[in-house]
Amino acid sequence: MAALTADKVLAELQPIFEEALDEPGITVTRESNATNTLHWDSLSYITIIEMVSHHFNVRFTLAELQDLKKVGDLIDLVVAKANRT
Amino acid sequence: MNLDKLSLDELLMKRKSLRRRLRAQLTLHPVRIAVLGGSTTSAIVELLEILLLLSGFAPSFHESEYGRFYDDPVHDPRSLIEFRPDIVYIHTSCQNVPPLSPGTSEAELEVQVRSQLARFRAIWDAIDQNLACQVIQNNFERPPYAILGNRDATASGGYSRFLMRLNEAFAEEASLRPKLLIQDIHGISARVGIDNWFDWDRFFSYKILLKPAANHAVALSLNALIRSIYGKSRKVLVLDLDNTLWGGVIGDEGVDKIQIGRETPIAEAYTAFQEYCLTLRNRGILLAVCSKNMEEVARAGFEHPSSVLRLEHISCFKANWSPKHENLLEIAKALNVGTDSLVFVDDNPAERAIVEAQLPDVAVPDVGSEVSRFSSIIDAGRYFEPAGLSSEDLERAALYSTNAERVRHEAKFSDYGEYLDSLEMTAEIETFRPVYLERIAQLTNKTNQYNLTTRRYTLAEMESLSNSPTHICLFGRLTDRFGDNGLISIVVGSQHADALHLDLWLMSCRVLKRDMEFAMLDAIAHRAAARGIRFLVGTYLPSKKNAMVADHYERLGFTPQPAPTGSPEGATFWICDLNGYSDKNKHIKCQPHATPISNPRKVSESESSSGTAPERETKHGSLDRR
Repeated sequence: MAALTADKVLAELQPIFEEALDEPGITVTRESNATNTLHWDSLSYITIIEMVSHHFNVRFTLAELQDLKKVGDLIDLVVAKANRT
Repeated sequence: MNLDKLSLDELLMKRKSLRRRLRAQLTLHPVRIAVLGGSTTSAIVELLEILLLLSGFAPSFHESEYGRFYDDPVHDPRSLIEFRPDIVYIHTSCQNVPPLSPGTSEAELEVQVRSQLARFRAIWDAIDQNLACQVIQNNFERPPYAILGNRDATASGGYSRFLMRLNEAFAEEASLRPKLLIQDIHGISARVGIDNWFDWDRFFSYKILLKPAANHAVALSLNALIRSIYGKSRKVLVLDLDNTLWGGVIGDEGVDKIQIGRETPIAEAYTAFQEYCLTLRNRGILLAVCSKNMEEVARAGFEHPSSVLRLEHISCFKANWSPKHENLLEIAKALNVGTDSLVFVDDNPAERAIVEAQLPDVAVPDVGSEVSRFSSIIDAGRYFEPAGLSSEDLERAALYSTNAERVRHEAKFSDYGEYLDSLEMTAEIETFRPVYLERIAQLTNKTNQYNLTTRRYTLAEMESLSNSPTHICLFGRLTDRFGDNGLISIVVGSQHADALHLDLWLMSCRVLKRDMEFAMLDAIAHRAAARGIRFLVGTYLPSKKNAMVADHYERLGFTPQPAPTGSPEGATFWICDLNGYSDKNKHIKCQPHATPISNPRKVSESESSSGTAPERETKHGSLDRR
């Protein structure tokens, strides 16, 4: 399987954010976070993490979740985890 | 849309867009639900919302802050009162009931149970006073760890024991409070498995206690409970026939060849599924048939001697060649229910798909094609949640109650004969019949232990033996109060002048030590005598596996005979003089014998044939199990 790239992950995150935030057509960037993104609250954050682990078949540790600050961190984490297996 | 087709994955990945689509429906029934949680309840609420929308409700939710399941209703009910809920759901877990110290005494355990119960009673009382609405309270799952090992469930300081006592106390409360319904999370979590229940990562991160699959199970059961509160539980189980209620296609293969009974693993599986359906019927769920078949052919399947379901159990019978969704509409009309009361079970995915597409209100569980899984898949759908047990339900239950029997079963027996009598055994012993030939050949060729001669026969050979005038071929079926053991014994004798040579005598080991061999002997003796035969001649041919029957003829009272020259090594030969024969079976009820054995030679043809009339009458009696 081809290695997962950061661009590919970002593209696949797009529909997940649309669904989780219930905002069709929303654009997510590496800099997106809870303060600059509409409808991003603690509950939709849970949904996002759940859907991302499900979609990419990765599991996050408590420490990793605690350190996430923006979408870019999430992308890097997914890339690192997915390519490790 | 069919909620059974939505996997948990789809629910989780698409819940928001699903919700938007479902909310657009016009004829939804509004329901206001307040959720008081001992942990974060948002994950359950999100799933429940979609399930309720699919059930035709438009739910509005009010969630307490995490952990305020007590404070909100008891001390600060203002926002609850303003919300005006129709239903309050209190979702608590063992996290909300601290464990006892391991040294707790029995007396102290009772004090703790009373004190925890008082806390929950205060919640229920406050809701009763302020809201007077329906309350759903879940009971408790087993704790995540068994600190005291097995003793956790028995010691007075055991956490498991404590929670079980609380569950018992909740059940007692529920019987006194008409508005209190207990959701059986103890049972739900056991089905999911405690190891797949708690989600510690999510609990430490967001105080969501349960894993997604566990939340899904909780939401499914809540949906069923809420449907039942509004009278929307389903009422009719509609069943396909071929490869659903029995194995095989009755129209092609004939009633003799369908798989039902105890004879093969597949037949056992279909029998178990029929028993599951009958249990549902006995608690008030109607059964209907929807099959592509000729009606007479389809009905014949229920007259198969091993069929658990009988025609009288079927409230509406549709067997024809019309599309199934049309028949389902007719069934709903005939039974005077909506299509939203129907659950349709068919092994054929194409039939399921068309019904689903044409009648979206009908529940069509994806039962697959493996009959052994049908019952648990239907059960998991929670379609038939009862709103409450009506007095009619209870009367019916009493009818089927086996309490008295159980007491009898538990009593001690003074001897083995008394035990055999307590089994209330009934045997049907008859000459071979076409419907059983396949089973007879199969039993003959696989029985190795209780088999006197280990001779093998093909189906065709068995068929020709059964029509031979010089042979007596008997099969035996045995039923006891625990159920039908099926066809379990075969005796074949060939007539040589005034002697009947017992070429084949075998029995399934599942009925060892039941005295069935005595009943078989009586039957063969009477039939031989009726033909004017004087002697029964038995042979034991030893094999690697049949040592258990070396003394078979000795136990039956036969006299040993010298072995003829050239007989196989170890073979023994036995004879029984029917002159003065007296019946050996004392514990199994059989149809009366056609003729008494006095002097076998005196019995004429006409007497013996006229004597079969009463036998035929009673035969049906013994077939009609239960």
